[in-house]
Amino acid sequence: MSESLNFHFDVDGENFVSAGQASVQVKKNLRRLGLPPEIIRQVSIALYEGEINMVIHAHGGTADINVFEDKIEIILADKGPGIADINLAMQEGYSTATENVRSLGFGAGMGLPNMKRYTDEMKIESEVGVGTTITMCVYLK
Amino acid sequence: MTVKKLAEKYSFEVLSMPEPEKEINGGYIGDLLSWVMGRAEASNIWLTIMTNMNIAAVAQLSDVSAVLICEGARPDSDVISTAKEKGVNILLSADTAYNTAVRISSDI
Repeated sequence: MSESLNFHFDVDGENFVSAGQASVQVKKNLRRLGLPPEIIRQVSIALYEGEINMVIHAHGGTADINVFEDKIEIILADKGPGIADINLAMQEGYSTATENVRSLGFGAGMGLPNMKRYTDEMKIESEVGVGTTITMCVYLK
Repeated sequence: MTVKKLAEKYSFEVLSMPEPEKEINGGYIGDLLSWVMGRAEASNIWLTIMTNMNIAAVAQLSDVSAVLICEGARPDSDVISTAKEKGVNILLSADTAYNTAVRISSDI
């Protein structure tokens, strides 16, 4: 496999207002690479939903974006509470977010479904009490 | 129609317009941000009553042409300055989201 271009971000778990900094920066970087707008949009939204999830549920985490010749890989890792029932969490409308989070317009139970919607592959590895790692891929061809 | 022309035609108050020539194609109404990211399409105008800081990021990442805040709701000045930095257009309508959408529908 050819070498990839990598971007790494620490997602601040305390700052809801500035959440999305990784997504915004990645969007800029992918634009500079001249990738198609729809691909950039897919990656940006999937990454933003992941960032928000890490802020809401996991006190932050890390985001790694690897750009290959044929795909973009997004790896989100946190040491949060883990997801007890992944199938349930993937259902549109299911949410464990607090009222405070909902009042900001989040917590609609659409985060994980959106990440799946906008990516070609999505794998969730999670252990309760240990953390969650989500790996997503968007194909470039 | 461009964001600038729409704002002029309907006398929407302009809070942020760093990208006046962006074309509007269709619209989406919603306040739950993940619904907007899941359902709004690129170049839509986004009608909402949300005014918090996260609307700037959602608008930017979703590639909507503008945020049209309805019902006379008004974001804080730091939201407006962030929108300007991020290249996000924000307009205000004093009318309800429904009435605003009905008014502009033939032009988008």
